[in-house]
Amino acid sequence: MLGSFAVLRKQSLLGDAISHAALPGIAIAFLITGAKDSNILLIGALISGLIGTFWIRGIISKTHLKSDTALGLILSLFFGFGMLLLTFIQKQPNANQAGLDKYLFGQAATLVESDVWLMAIVTGICLIVLLLFWKEFKLLLFDADYTKTLGFNTKFIDILITTFIVIAIVLGLQTVGVVLMSAMLLAPAAAARQWTNSLGIMVVLAAIFGAFSGVVGTAISASQNNLSTGPVIVLVAAVFVLISFLFSPSRGLLFREIRFRKNRRDLKLQKTLSFMFNIAKTHEDISHPHTIKILNNFQGFTRKTLQKLVDQNYVTISENMWSLTPKGFDSAANLYNQNQNQNE
Amino acid sequence: MDKIAVKIDDLTVAYNYKPVLWDIDLEIPEGVLMAIVGPNGAGKSTLIKSILGILKPIAGSVSIYGKSYEKQRSLVAYVPQKGSVDWDFPTTALDVVMMGTYGSLGWIKRPKQKEKKAALEALEKVGMLSFKNRQISQLSGGQQQRIFLARALVQNASIYFMDEPFQGVDATTEIAIINILKELRKAGKTLIVVHHDLQTVPEYFDWVTFLNVKKIATGPVKDIFNDDNLTKTYGINYKVSIQE
Repeated sequence: MLGSFAVLRKQSLLGDAISHAALPGIAIAFLITGAKDSNILLIGALISGLIGTFWIRGIISKTHLKSDTALGLILSLFFGFGMLLLTFIQKQPNANQAGLDKYLFGQAATLVESDVWLMAIVTGICLIVLLLFWKEFKLLLFDADYTKTLGFNTKFIDILITTFIVIAIVLGLQTVGVVLMSAMLLAPAAAARQWTNSLGIMVVLAAIFGAFSGVVGTAISASQNNLSTGPVIVLVAAVFVLISFLFSPSRGLLFREIRFRKNRRDLKLQKTLSFMFNIAKTHEDISHPHTIKILNNFQGFTRKTLQKLVDQNYVTISENMWSLTPKGFDSAANLYNQNQNQNE
Repeated sequence: MDKIAVKIDDLTVAYNYKPVLWDIDLEIPEGVLMAIVGPNGAGKSTLIKSILGILKPIAGSVSIYGKSYEKQRSLVAYVPQKGSVDWDFPTTALDVVMMGTYGSLGWIKRPKQKEKKAALEALEKVGMLSFKNRQISQLSGGQQQRIFLARALVQNASIYFMDEPFQGVDATTEIAIINILKELRKAGKTLIVVHHDLQTVPEYFDWVTFLNVKKIATGPVKDIFNDDNLTKTYGINYKVSIQE
């Protein structure tokens, strides 16, 4: 759901950076408390995720580095630091240490009821904030400078969106893990974008796709032994993306190809007809028969197009001669105008 | 003397070390249709953005009808450069125009029928009513520019700042836009337009400011739009030779 905003801001990789940035937070929280309480670990993740995000912001605005450079820098820096801490923790004689690496790839099986409640509540809060500030979010995403001139505090809106993206990511960490979290954020949004041109529908669709991949992925992994849930969920989401790329009616590759072919075929037909029209025009009688041979001069002419024209009653054929019907003549005379009207 | 709509004192703006605008003093009287002309990198867009508080100046002040811009925001509308936004954003023409009403709505409140009606009227004014439900990515460059203009019209402001509204539009759209601008001026509005086509300045505008980091000249087109000022601004021996 919140992924929609990340995608539209062209900050798709931000999710990746945030989830990786969360790792040292988890490790540090563990080091400080020595306990494996997931709530505390998530707070640690939240804090370091936010620090990472605002560092990225800082780098982009204060230096000449591009945003992808800043993202990559922070991502690897935090992840490296997090891995360092994890190995350090593993060497420690603490019985609790096992299982921290589950945050790397996620393990839905370790979720307990209280975790689920936490997720539900935070999702609810996200939803309310989203509905309240819908107008402001949309405006900022589309045209940030203009938003400023209307008197809105763009920094506030910006921080609000970013904070909620970070929260969403941190919550998903337990399920999908650091490495795959960004896919969970982006895949549903990318899939949803293919189906609609309205921001509202896009957000709703993304939420549905995301929830659906979660449910289906969990079901698949539960039905088989030794399939970890996180990757399965991400794969299901990826299937959604693939289907959307191929089959969505307006943006999908398949329908675009079909439309493209059909359009070309129609145009070819029309051009053939107009070629015939130009010949027929020179005679008093429009139905005056001509040999089919002269049509061979016309590039793109085939027997098939001729047959099609016959089927549409534009042309009649007898032996090796063709002639235009009055219907064919009229429509050929109006071809260009027709085309114009269709395009309007 | 006419009332002064916009007054700028000692405005200096720099991105890095090099100043983009240096010590600009400018008074724009109420009710003029003014062109800002100057070469690329002269700071034309920067000037508008600093007036509107999008950019933070290093020094200087701006006042709108004698008060600070923050207090007079509702009197001012802005038409950004068309290329400044992503036109593949999932929304419709009507929706973009509705955004013009967001400022007067304020936080959280949603646009209602009244706002929608205003947006539809603005669309009609720019001749885009039949495209209201069109996805914005499927509009031509000229149509997108008209949508931006309609969005500013909805704000019902007294002063309009426009950043190259004629950039990349065809002749029909250019005429449509200039007619709307002239209509606005007739209604007593003040219009400040960043403009590139020097040939059309005398025909479209009644006031002009020459800018090249420093202000070169400002005043009525018929008095100051001459080879001397053009040469000072563009650095080369420029001749437009206005016909008498």
